[in-house]
Amino acid sequence: MTSDSKPYSGEQANAAPLPAGGPNPPRSPEPETSAQAAPAGESLARDAWRRLSQNRAAMASLGLLVAIILVCIVGPWLLPWGLAEVDWNAFGTGPTLENAHYLGTDANGRDLLTRVLYGGRISLSVALVASFVSLLIGVLYGAISGYLGGRVDNLMMRFVDIMYSLPFMFLVILLMVVFGRNIFLIYAAIGAVEWLDMARIVRGQTLALKRREYIEAAHALGVRDSKIVTRHLIPNAIGPVIIYVTLTVPKVILLESFLSFLGLGVQEPLTSWGVLISEGVDMMESSPWMLLVPSAFLAMTLFCLNFLGDGLRDALDPKTR
Amino acid sequence: MTQSLLEIDKLSVTFQLPTGPVTAVKDVSFTIAEGETLALVGESGSGKSVTSTAAMRLLPELAETTGAIRFNGENLLEVTPKRMRRVRGNDISMIFQEPMTSLNPLHRIGRQIGEVLEKHKQLKGRENRERVLALLEQVGIPEPERRIDSYPYELSGGQRQRVMIAMALACEPKLLIADEPTTALDVTVQAQILDLLKSLQAQYGMAILFITHDLSIVRHFADSVCVMRYGEVVETGRTLEVFDDPKHDYTRMLLDAIPRGRKEPAPADAPVLLSGRDVKVRFSLKKRLFGKDDYFEAVRGIDLSVRRGETLGIVGESGSGKSTLGRALLRLLQSTGDIRFEQSDLQALDKSGMRPLRSRLQVVFQDPFGSLSPRMTVGEVISEGLKVHHPEMNRRQRDAEVVKALEEVALDPAMRNRYPHEFSGGQRQRIAIARALILKPELLLLDEPTSALDRSVQVRVIDLLRDLQKKHGLTYLFISHDLSVVRALSDHVLVMKEGQVIEQGPSEALFTQPREPYTQALLKAAFLEEETVAA
Repeated sequence: MTSDSKPYSGEQANAAPLPAGGPNPPRSPEPETSAQAAPAGESLARDAWRRLSQNRAAMASLGLLVAIILVCIVGPWLLPWGLAEVDWNAFGTGPTLENAHYLGTDANGRDLLTRVLYGGRISLSVALVASFVSLLIGVLYGAISGYLGGRVDNLMMRFVDIMYSLPFMFLVILLMVVFGRNIFLIYAAIGAVEWLDMARIVRGQTLALKRREYIEAAHALGVRDSKIVTRHLIPNAIGPVIIYVTLTVPKVILLESFLSFLGLGVQEPLTSWGVLISEGVDMMESSPWMLLVPSAFLAMTLFCLNFLGDGLRDALDPKTR
Repeated sequence: MTQSLLEIDKLSVTFQLPTGPVTAVKDVSFTIAEGETLALVGESGSGKSVTSTAAMRLLPELAETTGAIRFNGENLLEVTPKRMRRVRGNDISMIFQEPMTSLNPLHRIGRQIGEVLEKHKQLKGRENRERVLALLEQVGIPEPERRIDSYPYELSGGQRQRVMIAMALACEPKLLIADEPTTALDVTVQAQILDLLKSLQAQYGMAILFITHDLSIVRHFADSVCVMRYGEVVETGRTLEVFDDPKHDYTRMLLDAIPRGRKEPAPADAPVLLSGRDVKVRFSLKKRLFGKDDYFEAVRGIDLSVRRGETLGIVGESGSGKSTLGRALLRLLQSTGDIRFEQSDLQALDKSGMRPLRSRLQVVFQDPFGSLSPRMTVGEVISEGLKVHHPEMNRRQRDAEVVKALEEVALDPAMRNRYPHEFSGGQRQRIAIARALILKPELLLLDEPTSALDRSVQVRVIDLLRDLQKKHGLTYLFISHDLSVVRALSDHVLVMKEGQVIEQGPSEALFTQPREPYTQALLKAAFLEEETVAA
């Protein structure tokens, strides 16, 4: 024991010195709170979940998102109409309860709700896969590049630059020529492009983080480089990463619709939200529901993702609890 | 006694935070007479900066201020914003702690000073420039004609603080608020700035509200002192009276918070644990494709050795290369020269060869806020080294070790599941020490382990370090710019300047009879004399 008079709570909290006139109000001295009964051991994940569940907007978004996904998966089986089934009695009719076309039909007499739900499967799976791929490759690539620095960093980032300079369309067409038309090619093509931004963002974060003293302390402990990257660098760069992912998802959905619009993506009768919206735009004046219904689904999904992303970022940051 | 210039009367400041109101300043009252210097003293979080900022009405919107701040009889809390702008800079001006960031990097300094004159005195063109030149000369900037067109990055920290002072003095204010103006500066520069402020004060007859945590400055500089804690004034009075006969326990504690005692010397026959010969570190500034690269030599050939159980203090001002040397010795930085730890030649080892030695050579860093990963719990932070060096341990064994290490640094082991941000600076530094200790190191590199801490906390961390050294027979490499701390802990001291050793020797001899003028200047600037008397 040392000569401290009160060993456990002796020191007063060192609130960071207040920048004069700065926007940050001082934190109250909180020695008591930090010395009070410690909570039982909580894993980071459980702790994050607890904090996320206190965020109402995020929880509502999560609920709605899950609902949208479930409806897209289950919905098409429950509805009486097929994806390409034409109702010869209803061409371009508006939403109605009478003939089981609850959200109307398109110009070809196909049930809009059915098509939106089928389209949702495509859009959501593209978004999920492409974002995940970009997250996985981008974060690892960026962190390694930034952490190793020097010549390796230079090489790795020049490769990224080369990838950037390849025209995206050219890449997609090339893939089509080699592998033929396939929905998985869209995943691959989008994933191959989207990770580039992520890698740059994570590299920038890493450059700022790697001079921190806790990284140096890890070196002094003899921690392996691979562990330093995974245990120290990536968790601390997670804030901007999550924000960027929530931006990537809508981008990917729109990119897919762009490809489909050019005839390089999903093909009739298969559809996606992007395709449905672009069809809806053509029919905006005569049958506005054809634009409004898929747009509403897309907008709702994006809203939810944004709120959820914000909530996740806060929940994963131990400082906000 | 002249009449009071600034009268702060029952000032309270409450911040309306989303988490609830926080009162930063409670019923604070004091007065400053014309030409007087009042020091506002307290540790971090005591509300001293909030008080002075309130006097300038520069607090953020969510602050609620009650009470009165009377300047020449006018309550500044009630005047219009327009009137307040006239007061600021003209009657009351302020200098801040951080000279590196309080000047706009995109404007020449002449323009930044001139702006004040333009706003308040309507001085334009040639007149303006001449006045700025005179001011620069007054604050002791060499070659003012050339410097007036410099950008802030071309000036040193001390010079920037001089520019800040010139800016504050431009309109000959009646009151100057100096918020820790010397904390970010080296001791020798600090002494110069204080001298400058004193002579300018005599010249202009202005009052100074001096905010600081450094009591040795207060004793030299202030007429009266006002001690704050947790937003309240605990004691106020004439400086000499307060220092000679402190009434409040807290004041007494602050005055007492000087690292005392000397280290017991290690046995003279102890074996040399770490030695370096001709250690050099250089950083490349610019890589050229052809020809030689540009280098900056941070450490220029240093010899040293530490015996087991000894403490080697490495002293120097910022930029002297002391931290670089420490990191090089532990192979955290590439260097040339010979470094030996016991029998092993560290320079010859690669990363994996170094790894087994890492557990015996540990380090504690300066910044307790930056040295702990914010996303790991304290337990994870401390046990990380065990995962590397004792992979055979299971979770329960590691946990037991963590508990032991936390108890050793006098922290409650129940707190190991919390995150670093929940701890105060002193507690974090203890956590960093525990992280190093859990590996049972033989040599500990302490890189300014106390300089980011309040004085009273500092003393306790030093006591802890001393106890641990005695208990485990540790060897310390102690890097610091704070001479009183070095003196209390070291056997040997090495004074560095510009990457070279200026003087070295046994601690007591070096502090009592410094040979080199640089060492003498350092000691003088650190006001060590009185502390010796007080101790």
